[in-house]
Amino acid sequence: MHEWALAEAVISTVSQIAEKEGLKEVAEVEIKVGELQQIELDILEFALSQLKTLKLKNVKFHIKTVKAELKCRVCGHKWIFRKEKMNEEIAEAIHFVPEIAHTYIKCPKCGSPDFEILKGRGIWLESVRGLR
Amino acid sequence: MADPRIGIIEERLKGVSRIVAVSSGKGGVGKSLIASTLALTLARRNYKVGLFDLDFTSPSTHVILGVEGLQPKEEKGIIPPQVHGLKYMSIVYYSGEYASPLRGVDVSNALIELLAITRWNNLDFLIVDMPPGISDATLDVIRLVKRIEFVVITTPSRLAFETVRKLIDLLSELGIPIVGVVENMKMKESRFIQQQIEGRGIKFWGDIPFDAELEEAIGDVNKLLATQFSKKLGEIEKLKA
Repeated sequence: MHEWALAEAVISTVSQIAEKEGLKEVAEVEIKVGELQQIELDILEFALSQLKTLKLKNVKFHIKTVKAELKCRVCGHKWIFRKEKMNEEIAEAIHFVPEIAHTYIKCPKCGSPDFEILKGRGIWLESVRGLR
Repeated sequence: MADPRIGIIEERLKGVSRIVAVSSGKGGVGKSLIASTLALTLARRNYKVGLFDLDFTSPSTHVILGVEGLQPKEEKGIIPPQVHGLKYMSIVYYSGEYASPLRGVDVSNALIELLAITRWNNLDFLIVDMPPGISDATLDVIRLVKRIEFVVITTPSRLAFETVRKLIDLLSELGIPIVGVVENMKMKESRFIQQQIEGRGIKFWGDIPFDAELEEAIGDVNKLLATQFSKKLGEIEKLKA
């Protein structure tokens, strides 16, 4: 489960931020998850709940998904990534390394693989709040 | 606000004693062959070794090792498969036989992702096959892998060395350890490269003569380890766990 590795990364980074900010206890963490990476939210949430440290014992994780918006660097066309349109193997490769999208996805308008991931790539910490 | 992947990289590498990037300013000098052979040689000496192909747009170590049809195992991250006694990781598990046209920002993101999710566990050496140049991958490895050491590869050509010396000077300026420089594909006697390296106070590991038989050994590790190239690399390699 790749989601466990990402959950560990979240817990580790939140702990580092709490340390740096001098927080005694972390109350809320806002996490954004991009649809390109197709993270299974229930597994991520379960992993986060299992990996909580003492400082995070009462934390509330607010997880928001963000649509993956792509923009062609050649013709400027913008489009939204949809998992349903691709085969399972390719979707899984993108799940592990979202940049693999450049191997399999082309601009629907001009066919170029040279596109920018404007938003919705992977996992991101939006905010960490707690008690000092 | 924060990329959570960065904070876990040190943790993922904590069981690895030494992380050695095989690098060069220039392409086509034999980095991937040296990285693969170095990793195989250390593994045959009973060290625990990993090989990580970081040349995302032009990976080639899988061809050298004859890797086909393997996939990493998923277990709270990804576990690199064992290949000829090495834990082996490459982007080809995901990109297959297709081109991966990545810009710098994508190279950085893919590199961070793989460093954050790959579980190497305990290793004596992690050998990293670097892409050529001093661009994103090199800068990111220096930024993210605090214990990185470099083995730098050049050829006798002044054209290669013109670029390689810039990598050496950059690493020296940044205080990044260079464990040695290898002069590969040597065709005639000259001490030019050795003098240039030693003149900078850096260890010259030695030279490897051009081996016309090497191409025949690609894809077959037993043949590869029997080449003059591998024997010479085994003699000059000075890594100790």
